[in-house]
Amino acid sequence: MNKNLIVSPSPHIRASVTSTRIMLDVIIALVPTLIASTVIFGFRSLAVTALCVAVCVASEWGFEKICKREVTIGDLSAVVTGMLLAFNLPAGIPLWQAAFGSIVAIVAVKQLFGGIGCNFANPAITARIVMLLSFSGTMAEFSVADAVSSATPLSLMGTEEMPTLLDLFLGNHAGSLGETCALTLLIGGVYLIARRIISWHTPVVYLATVALFTLVLGENPLYHLLSGGLILGAFFMATDYSTTPQTPWGKVIFGIGCGLITVIIRVFGSYPEGVSFAILLMNILTPYINNLTRRKPFGAIKKSKAPKKA
Amino acid sequence: MSLFRLHGVHLKHRKNTAEMAPKRIPIPEYVAIPMVMHIGAPANPTVKVGEYVKVGQLIGEAGGFVSSPVYSSVSGTVKKIEDTQSVGGAMIKTVIIESDGKQEICETIAPPKLESREDFVEAVKRSGIVGLGGAGFPTSVKLAADVSKIDAIVVNGAECEPYITSDTRTMIDDAALVAEGISLLMKYLEAERVVVGIEKNKPECIRSMREALAEVGGAEVKALPSIYPQGGEKVLVYHTLGRVIAEGELPLSQGVVVINCTTVAAIAKYIKTGMPLVEKCVTVDGSSVKEPMNVIAPIGTPIKALFDFCGGFSEEPRKILFGGPMMGVAAVSLDAPLTKQNNAVLALGEKEAVLPKSTACIRCGRCVSKCPLSLSPCDIAAAYKAGDAEKLEKLKVNLCMECGCCSYACPAKKNIVQTNKLAKIMLRDYQASKKEENK
Repeated sequence: MNKNLIVSPSPHIRASVTSTRIMLDVIIALVPTLIASTVIFGFRSLAVTALCVAVCVASEWGFEKICKREVTIGDLSAVVTGMLLAFNLPAGIPLWQAAFGSIVAIVAVKQLFGGIGCNFANPAITARIVMLLSFSGTMAEFSVADAVSSATPLSLMGTEEMPTLLDLFLGNHAGSLGETCALTLLIGGVYLIARRIISWHTPVVYLATVALFTLVLGENPLYHLLSGGLILGAFFMATDYSTTPQTPWGKVIFGIGCGLITVIIRVFGSYPEGVSFAILLMNILTPYINNLTRRKPFGAIKKSKAPKKA
Repeated sequence: MSLFRLHGVHLKHRKNTAEMAPKRIPIPEYVAIPMVMHIGAPANPTVKVGEYVKVGQLIGEAGGFVSSPVYSSVSGTVKKIEDTQSVGGAMIKTVIIESDGKQEICETIAPPKLESREDFVEAVKRSGIVGLGGAGFPTSVKLAADVSKIDAIVVNGAECEPYITSDTRTMIDDAALVAEGISLLMKYLEAERVVVGIEKNKPECIRSMREALAEVGGAEVKALPSIYPQGGEKVLVYHTLGRVIAEGELPLSQGVVVINCTTVAAIAKYIKTGMPLVEKCVTVDGSSVKEPMNVIAPIGTPIKALFDFCGGFSEEPRKILFGGPMMGVAAVSLDAPLTKQNNAVLALGEKEAVLPKSTACIRCGRCVSKCPLSLSPCDIAAAYKAGDAEKLEKLKVNLCMECGCCSYACPAKKNIVQTNKLAKIMLRDYQASKKEENK
C-alpha cells in the first residue's frame, strides 16, 4: 500500500474544456458587439455594461456569502449575465435601474433557484421583462449617438422613417444597446458555433421560423430578421444551457416555438418586440421538451414488449 | 451498413509505443498468480506450499463452467498460498511461486488433438485463455454456444483506449497467428463471415491484417473511424455489421461472436504448441515512465518489475493504472501482479494523476450528446440524487457500459461514471426487492 498513489474512479483523463472557459468564450463572442455599441451609442453603453457586470458579480458574491454557499463568481457566468442584461437595455437607462435589474437577474432568477444550472428561466431575459414592466418609460426611450430620441425600427415598420437594410445590418439605428449591430452579433454567433459552445440548431431554426412566418403574413422577412433583439436572442439567449433543451430535436422545437411566439407578438400583439417573451415562455416549456425529445437508449427494450418471465 | 454512427469522444491517441516490438523481461524473482483473472467462479489451487512446479503446469483448476484454469508461468517452488487484495479491491486466493530462473517446461505439454468441435472448445478451455482485451471473459464459454445460431465473428482490433498498443503489436508481429486463429474459429464455429474491426489510426495493422487474411475466404478487415469507444462490444458490432444488440442480450442473440485479436492469436498459438496462457504482452507507458515500451512478461510478475525494466520512473508516479486511462482501474500498490487480461500498465505523474475539482452542473448536455448508447447521464444523476429507482429504470441506466465519455467531456468535471455505477446498484437493489414482493 503506497500512500502517495491516488485511487479514483475511471476515467482518468478529462477534456480540457471547463465551465469557466465556456463562459469566457461567450464573453469573447460578445466583445465585438460591445465595441460596435460604443461606436453607435457612445461611452454610455460601455458604462451601463460595466455597471451591470459589476452589480451581477457583486450580488452573486454577496448572496453566496450570506447563504454560506461556495462562491462561484470565478466561473464568469455572472459576467455573461451582466453583459447580456446590459445589451438588452437602452443606453440611456438610469444607472440605478440597471443596477436593480442586475440584482433581480442574479438573486431572484438565478440564485434563489440554486445557482448556476438550476434556474429554469434565463436571468437576463427575465430581469429585462421585470424592468420593462417596472420602468416602461425609460426602458422604451431609445436614442442614437446624437442623443435625439427616436423610435425603434419595429415601431416604425411600414412607415417611411424605416431605416435602410444596410443601417439595420450595421446597427446604426435606435434600439437596446447590444441588439442593433447584426454584423457583430453574427460574428459572435459564428464564433460560438465554431468553438462548439452552442449548436446551430436553435439560432438557425429560430431565425428561419421568423423569416418563414413573416413571409406568410405578408411582412418583410429581412426587416424582421434584422430588427429588435432577434439575432441577439437567437444566438446568445435561446442557447443558454440550463434554460433550453439539450437534444438537437429539442433545440429545433425550441427554435420553432420562439419564432412563432416572436412573430405573433410583433405582428398581432401590443408590444413592438416579442423576443424576450418568446424565449421566457419557451424556457418554461423546456422541461417538457426535454422529456419529449430524450434520446432513445441504444438497444433498449420497452417494458411492455419484453418477454414475460414465468 | 449502419446508417448512423454512434457517438463518442475524440481522444489524444498517445500510442507512443506503437512502433516498438515487444521485449521480453528477465524472469522475476517471484510471481504472484491470482486464482481470479477472469469473469466467473474462482479457480481452485491444485498445488501445495513447498511443491516444485514447471512452466505451463496446472496450479489452479477451473471452478465451474464460467471459469478458467490457471497455470504456472515460471519454474520454481510454491512459497505461499494466501489471500491478497486484487486491483479491484476484492480478496483473492493467490499462489506465490519463487522462481529458480531455469524456466523448465512441464513435460505434459503437447499440442491438443482436434477431431471435433467439442475437442476445440475443450482445448480452448484448457488453454486458460480469457478475453485478453481487458474483460477477461472465459473464451471457451463463448465458443461453446450453439453453432447453428452463429453466422458471423467480429474480431476486435479497435484498441480505442489511449496509450495501449499491445493489440497493435499482435496485429503487426503476429498477423499470421491471428489469421490462423480466424481460420480455426471459422471452421469450428461454422461461421462464414469474419470482420476484423480496426481503427483508422493504425494503418499498419490494417495493411498487415489484410495481407494475412488474403487467403482466408469470407474474412475481411474493416477500417473504422478512430472514435472512442470503438472497441466497445455493442459499438463494434453495430459499426461492423450494423446489428443492434438489445438490452440484456449477448452478441450471440444477433448471431455474432465478438473476440479480441490477441485472444484469437493466443488460441492459434495454443493449438500449435499446447503451451497454455502463461505470459502476456503489455504496454508500459504513462508520463512517469522513463522509456515506455511493450514488454512480454510472465503472468504474476509484480508490475514494479515491468516499470524497472522500462528504466524506472522519471518522476514519482501518483497513479498506477491497470488498463487504459478511460476504463482502467487505479492500483493501490506497485506489488500488484500482472494478470491474464491486462493489456497495459500506466504510471501517471502528478500533472495527469490529480484530476480537476468538480463544480456545479451547467446542464450543457455534453454528457448526453457524447454517450455512445444515447443515455441521458444528467437526468440519471438527478434521479439518483432523488433516490428515484423507477425513473432510473426508465432511463435505462443498466445499459451504461461505463466507457467514460460523459465524465471525459464534462466541463464541470463531474464524476458522472461513478454516479452511473452507483445508480446501477440502486436500480439492481430496487428490482431485486420488487421481485421479492412479487413472490
